[in-house]
Amino acid sequence: MAERRHELRRFPWVRDSGLLLLVVAAGVVLVASVAQTAVEGLTDPRIAVAFGVLIAFGEVLRLNLPGDRETAPIAMAGALAYALLIKVGVHPVHHSAEQVVTITAIGMIVGALPHLAVGRPAKVSGMASRLLCVACVAFIFRPLAGNGAVVTHWGLAFSLMAALTVVALLLEAVLTALMRVDEQRARFRVALVDEMRVQLPLGAAVGASALLIAFAAEVMGLAALAVFTAPLLVTQVAFRRYAGIRATYLQTVRALAKVTEIGGYVEPGHSERVSRLAVAIGRELGIHEPQLLELEYAALMHDIGQLSLADPIPGGATVLASRQDQQRIAELGADVIQQAQVLGSVAEIVRRQNEPYRGLEVAHEGFSARTGHAAGPPGRIGDSTPSGPPLSSRIIKAANAFDDLVGSSLDPGRAAAAVQQLRLDTASEYDPDAVEALSRVVNRRSVML
Amino acid sequence: MARLSWAARLYIGVVVAAAAVLIVRGPFGDFAWWREVAVLGLLLVVFESTATLLRPRQLAWSPNSSATLAAAVLTGPVGAAIVGACTMFGMRRGPSLAQRAFNTGMMALSAYLAGRVFVALHGHVGVPTNHSFPGLIGPFAVAAVVHVVTNHVLLAGVLLLTSGRDAAGRRAPVGMSVRLVASDLGYGAFGLLIAALWSVVGLFAPVLILIPLFVARWAVAQIVEQQRAYEATVGALCQAVETKDFYTRGHSDRVSRGSVMIAREIGMRGERVEAIRYAGMLHDVGKLGVPTRVLQKNGKLTEEEYAAIQLHPMRGLDIVREIGFLDEALAGIMHHHERIDGRGYPMGLAGDEIPEFARVLAVADAFDSMTSNRSYRGARPVAEAIAELRKWAGTQFDPAFVDAFVAAIKREGWHRPEPPVFAADDLAVLTAQDHDDPGAPLRVIDSF
Repeated sequence: MAERRHELRRFPWVRDSGLLLLVVAAGVVLVASVAQTAVEGLTDPRIAVAFGVLIAFGEVLRLNLPGDRETAPIAMAGALAYALLIKVGVHPVHHSAEQVVTITAIGMIVGALPHLAVGRPAKVSGMASRLLCVACVAFIFRPLAGNGAVVTHWGLAFSLMAALTVVALLLEAVLTALMRVDEQRARFRVALVDEMRVQLPLGAAVGASALLIAFAAEVMGLAALAVFTAPLLVTQVAFRRYAGIRATYLQTVRALAKVTEIGGYVEPGHSERVSRLAVAIGRELGIHEPQLLELEYAALMHDIGQLSLADPIPGGATVLASRQDQQRIAELGADVIQQAQVLGSVAEIVRRQNEPYRGLEVAHEGFSARTGHAAGPPGRIGDSTPSGPPLSSRIIKAANAFDDLVGSSLDPGRAAAAVQQLRLDTASEYDPDAVEALSRVVNRRSVML
Repeated sequence: MARLSWAARLYIGVVVAAAAVLIVRGPFGDFAWWREVAVLGLLLVVFESTATLLRPRQLAWSPNSSATLAAAVLTGPVGAAIVGACTMFGMRRGPSLAQRAFNTGMMALSAYLAGRVFVALHGHVGVPTNHSFPGLIGPFAVAAVVHVVTNHVLLAGVLLLTSGRDAAGRRAPVGMSVRLVASDLGYGAFGLLIAALWSVVGLFAPVLILIPLFVARWAVAQIVEQQRAYEATVGALCQAVETKDFYTRGHSDRVSRGSVMIAREIGMRGERVEAIRYAGMLHDVGKLGVPTRVLQKNGKLTEEEYAAIQLHPMRGLDIVREIGFLDEALAGIMHHHERIDGRGYPMGLAGDEIPEFARVLAVADAFDSMTSNRSYRGARPVAEAIAELRKWAGTQFDPAFVDAFVAAIKREGWHRPEPPVFAADDLAVLTAQDHDDPGAPLRVIDSF
């Protein structure tokens, strides 16, 4: 991933045309809105300032969700509430959609300053898509806010606001998914589903909070903003801790996967490279994020079983070891991972990482004596229709073999030869789909180098 | 909870009785808010039924205070107490009868007190209107603080009476309580919102509030889940490291427990106790970087082999460096073989130069080594190992931590590992000498 990021930085505009489009769109909307607001002047400046402060505050407290997603829930709730505002106290408010966009943008920029000061650059794509969503809601709802029916019937106003909020959050998910397709070569449908799954809980809270702020302001006036910040803050703290623990978890697995390297069982960097390659292949094959994370864990720990061997395999290259030894390593590793109960499917992936993709019975009659193993997965023992290993296992098998053959070498010729060698074995050993995806990933890498 | 002390029974009885008296006493003469009470009571039952279990102790968290505080504003102290008493209808399977009774009494009492304070500060009871704000906010804030503080004081009381360890003067994990109080206060603010929205959207107010609250609950549940997953994974991987050597199985786990005992005894903060727990688990992970034949060598070590063993804390640091632990935990892993007299490794630090975590780990590490079986000797009795620790206190170990450890063992006991059972096909090999054992130092060939 590190190399890829480096590449992105070298040619950001060539690779990320989508990002460019998004930023330009947000920029156009922003410039038009600022110009319009400047001409007309601020309506209800006190309210505008209050919401601007809330948005800036929320932007200071922005949050990183699992999978390197940046969100600013409090800022988003504040901005949406400002767009959906009908009355503050007894006074109807009349600010324009342009003013909403302007205030939101100013709040975002002010809130981003502290981050910049400590050297954390803001993600332009994130800010741009958030601004576009707010603009979308504002331009639809502001003209309606003065409508008599909307003002008097809270039920109508509520349904309208709820529908708009849902649309806005969906739009944000779509935009973010598009960015990810561009950035990570994920498939759009997969990326969108992943995005919605991760964003759903927080998105629901943001949407509901926006509605609550807008309604509460009718009774409480601007005090609603202050009162609301308390529970949102607590929720945000909970989310931050959740994200923190998840990050530590991955760091720990990554660190402990290194014990095999430090113990001299495998070549330095092997686990990390296999996991990076496996994740890239998985993405290429359209695997969803939760499974992608399991794949990453499994790939990082795929050699952990070697710890139980008395003598390290020379050079650690399991592809050269006998099938029995390979299977033993896989079983031992899976047993270790199994003890961590929560990683149940990871253990299964590791256990079956050496099986030929067509399943053991068909591919290797000579080896079928081993399949009676008690720890084997159900459905394999005495099953007349042999089932192959899970897709993640097949991916790891291919990635592992590739890395054993190529190692840390960056020579495209050697990589191509390795892919060719794996391809020759796709009749029984390696999953042809996984190998083709591997080939695409490797080609892309060598083009970029 | 089956064996409640008399003091605990009395305490719970008093809390429940006080709540019951306050509710029954009324006044109900002009009480016109039964509808509000019913809706908020239902809301509280929903909260209570979906409480999140928090891990360190048998505590459950739910945003109940938002329902009771809303009741305090909408219906006054008695209504709030009735809503609080709805805790008893919570459909959660965990709590015993005594716990349920106490929770009910506690919620009713704190809700009543909050309501009284709200009224005393001239907060207007009833559905708030445009004119109620911002005047309502001050009384409400004070009432919320009273509610949360009463709640936590009552809770601390029952925890003190029911758990032996707290009665012995151990500090409860203060960090967690502070966090809980803060989050209760935060969600208490929802109470005011429910009350305020009542005039706009009526009975629909609690429903709207439920969405963000359930999201918050989801996040809290995720934290607990991730923490459990994390611990199980670290534990399993430590065991994987230990499979290399039969005799040291479970060593990391026991050192971790011993270090936590010392840390609690000397009153470390909860966060640091957590950190030292992981440091204990991972302290010997660097042994993986030492060639197996050196670890298993039967006989004197050459200078190089001894140097290789001395390097294992550094190797350990290499492995765990990128984990987002407290730096203290890293320092502990790196220096757990330093000695107070400066003759340890890898750096030869002395006295206070050695990080606190490392001094704690060193005591627990040596103690576990002595009380475990080794191929060259049987496990030594706890008393003998304590004597040995005392003998080396001041030269090898920090005397303060030795004392703390001895005190903790006297109170809590120490589980020695089972003697290893050898399976015929086991891959593990035996270590002939143990670098952790202060009674049998590594034998190094004299180069002269």
